[in-house]
Amino acid sequence: MRVTITPEIVAEHGLKPDEYAHILRVLNREPNITELGIFSAMWNEHCSYKSSRVWLRTMPTTGPQVVCGPGENAGVVDIGDGQVAIFKMESHNHPSFIEPYQGAATGVGGIMRDVFTMGARPVANLNALRFGAPENPKTRHLISGVVAGIGGYGNCIGVPTVGGEVNFDPGYNGNILVNAMCIGVADADKVFYSTASGVGNPVVYVGSKTGRDGIHGASMASAEFDENSEEKRPTVQVGDPFTEKLLLEACLELMAGDAVIAIQDMGAAGLTCSAVEMASKGGLGLLLDLDRVPCREAGMTAYEMMLSESQERMLMVLRPDRAEAARAIFERWELDFAIVGETTDTGRFIIRHRGETVADLPVDVLADQAPVYQRPWTPTPPLPLLAAADVPSNEDPGAALVRLLGGPHLSSRRWIWEQYDHMVMGDTVQRPGGDAAVVRLHGSRKGIAATTDVTPRYCAASPREGGKQAIAEAFRNLCAVGAKPLATTDCLNFGSPERPEIMGQLVGCIEGLSEACRALDMPIVSGNVSLYNETSGVAIPPTPAIGAIGLLNDIDHMATIAFKREGDVILLVGETAGHLGQSLYAREIAGRMDGAPPPVDLAAERRNGDFVRGQIVAGNVMAAHDVSDGGLLVALSEMALAGGLGCILTLPKNAGLPHAWLFGEDQARYVLCVSPDKAPGLVSLADAQGIPVTELGKTGGRDIILDGRLIQTLETLRHAHENWFPDYMEG
Amino acid sequence: MKSCVIVFPGSNCDRDVAVALEASSGTPPRMIWHGESELPACDLIVLPGGFSHGDYLRSGAMAARAPIMRAVAAKAKAGTPVLGLCNGFQILTEAGLLPGALMRNAGLKFICRDVFLRVDNSDTLFTRGYRQGQVVRIPISHHDGNYFADSVTLQHLEDTGRVALRYCTDDGLIRSEANPNGSLNNIAGILNEAGNVLGMMPHPERLISPELGGSDGRAMFDALAELVQCA
Repeated sequence: MRVTITPEIVAEHGLKPDEYAHILRVLNREPNITELGIFSAMWNEHCSYKSSRVWLRTMPTTGPQVVCGPGENAGVVDIGDGQVAIFKMESHNHPSFIEPYQGAATGVGGIMRDVFTMGARPVANLNALRFGAPENPKTRHLISGVVAGIGGYGNCIGVPTVGGEVNFDPGYNGNILVNAMCIGVADADKVFYSTASGVGNPVVYVGSKTGRDGIHGASMASAEFDENSEEKRPTVQVGDPFTEKLLLEACLELMAGDAVIAIQDMGAAGLTCSAVEMASKGGLGLLLDLDRVPCREAGMTAYEMMLSESQERMLMVLRPDRAEAARAIFERWELDFAIVGETTDTGRFIIRHRGETVADLPVDVLADQAPVYQRPWTPTPPLPLLAAADVPSNEDPGAALVRLLGGPHLSSRRWIWEQYDHMVMGDTVQRPGGDAAVVRLHGSRKGIAATTDVTPRYCAASPREGGKQAIAEAFRNLCAVGAKPLATTDCLNFGSPERPEIMGQLVGCIEGLSEACRALDMPIVSGNVSLYNETSGVAIPPTPAIGAIGLLNDIDHMATIAFKREGDVILLVGETAGHLGQSLYAREIAGRMDGAPPPVDLAAERRNGDFVRGQIVAGNVMAAHDVSDGGLLVALSEMALAGGLGCILTLPKNAGLPHAWLFGEDQARYVLCVSPDKAPGLVSLADAQGIPVTELGKTGGRDIILDGRLIQTLETLRHAHENWFPDYMEG
Repeated sequence: MKSCVIVFPGSNCDRDVAVALEASSGTPPRMIWHGESELPACDLIVLPGGFSHGDYLRSGAMAARAPIMRAVAAKAKAGTPVLGLCNGFQILTEAGLLPGALMRNAGLKFICRDVFLRVDNSDTLFTRGYRQGQVVRIPISHHDGNYFADSVTLQHLEDTGRVALRYCTDDGLIRSEANPNGSLNNIAGILNEAGNVLGMMPHPERLISPELGGSDGRAMFDALAELVQCA
């Protein structure tokens, strides 16, 4: 295929004129069309992080618990007893908007491959989803497709989907966010990396055949949408979870031996990205013979093969003397296995097809010389505090509570998680609906807790405080089940980095995340960046989605949110100032969108979280819940609904304005439920450590009672809380 | 107890049921690959849950034609107890070892949740650990669990006590609101004519200890272990 490279063709490949000039300079000649495609795949935003790289480098990524930080397929963290947890969260936003079922399904498939590529058996999936306004005509269809796609993939492969979160905001009308997280567990001495080594070692292709699907998917994911985005449907890949299940079992079987030198899954930009990354990390060259690549369709060109994003494929470098034993494993699992090339010492990426050399490119240029941009940025202007007195409080608290718990933001997500198999593998000890999900480490009494968090409305109002809050909330959710927070993965979803105000959001959020990760000892070990989430010039709210994991040494000392029995003492840990700016109450009840978000005091987060976890592990806590969206009254109601047991509360004398006290979203707070005999000891211990604790009342009855007045019956609350989602979806 | 768990490509509850069998009997089961054509001597055969062959074509349809299924059918005919859970139940109906079919859930969605089951026949190898009429809480997790059989078959199942388990309310009432998937007569599990083959959509292996949220499933595996140890 001889194609003359015109400026139009360069532009169609998402390369800017100066980027193309750089290619001409380093090659000292014109690239052919296959080579241009390879550059486009390696240098797009999705693969090269060219706009975010300088800022990502500033994030904390190390710690004694970190075995491997960003740069590999997923992050690796020590969990003791010779085991590691391997985890990552990744976006599949653009494809999910265009084709929700397949977009979300292949997002789940891709993140699981990232984890088992490194030798870990996936043990839990989570997902963080953002949709447009409920009244947007597309929203229902998108939710339905995304949820079915996530379930369709995860259920089939047999990994439990145990948690996640869902937000609605008109800012996502044109760009939904689908962020999928997977956690796996491996033996510490059986972790596999993507660094090729040795010359003349076989490069092996396994898994599904290569088809024409998903060509230029990564480039699509690096462009804004417009009214013609529907036309990009053919760039969305199609998932086959059954093949992935076979691939998982075959890979883990192979990895039990010593055949694998390096392995890389074929995700974005497929064969191109996986081959270049393995060669580049090993400082090697690589020769590929495309005539040996298993193809689904006849007559595929080199260009198509190199850019295909067909799913469920892996590329490996094997020890030559183990290649035939490896072939036997994959053939038994009825998967393709083909030696498609070898490692070389030339430093060149050479591709042969039908007897011709169709590409000859320097590996280091492809991998390391992608442009890096210092994009101009302007900080997000700070917003003034919103005084609680300026937020109208004319609505009865019980009515406001029903509206909040029975609305899109806080209603039960049961409609979603009942479509996910959250129990397969037989180790789910805390199911969806609590602060964090917990899966038992198979065959032990230890557990891994996991959560996803971010509050985009806070990030929009103050990227820095919002970034801090995302980490702080993840920290709280882990502490509230009794887990020691270990590490973090992030999915940085933003609009176009070419706009200084969007870059300002990215920079602010990264600064906030970094500060909180340092203060709370939760380094970032993996993640991805998804930019250009905008349609016709309208960007999404800044959404640095966080996934975090923690460790429980004994699942018998785990807390859940449910009230357990009548007469337990309800305590609030942490300070209540009654902060209503950017609260759900202000937005949904009082119609106020202005004001700064709640400030995050990281020292208080650390102190209060460590205290709460210590009390749970000591066996002093009957139930625990962090206070976040919706404030204190919502947290208490969620505990009551989960336990089917009400509570009798007293407004403290120094509470200030009741609506601010009940619905304010001050940070660093937890509600604990403690047996009466243990309460005094816990309170005095907290006093001694300078941790504010307020007694709120007792559990009992079937209602929420405040100062002797009925706020709401549990029956009314449950009806509102459980029915919003199914009613909405039925339209 | 010597038990065998058949593993098909796409089975994903094979490990879970092996854990349950070992917990009750003290002995891990033999895991038998679907491509085998013979079974070792055993006292119990389990077809586990999952998505054999990706549920492509129809749930269980391809697995029912696996080489090992001829051996399973022969053992079943000879009286060896066979338990099919979820996808295992679908395979048993596709293989003709149990009557009827499991169609797409009436709500057309995958459902994973705890449900209540009434034990309507406790005089079986599998359900002896429960009282007749006992209500137990066991999870379901399926897309195709909507049991259907023609009216003659259904009547025959009912008349001969072959409906072992039925979806019910928490107080044991057989109501449509307690039926998660549209199954005829709220059927959750049925027996073959001889009573040695049970297929059920719920997953007893998922609730075998309190930390998993309940242990109502345990009695089924305890009963099977006890039975074959006495044999």
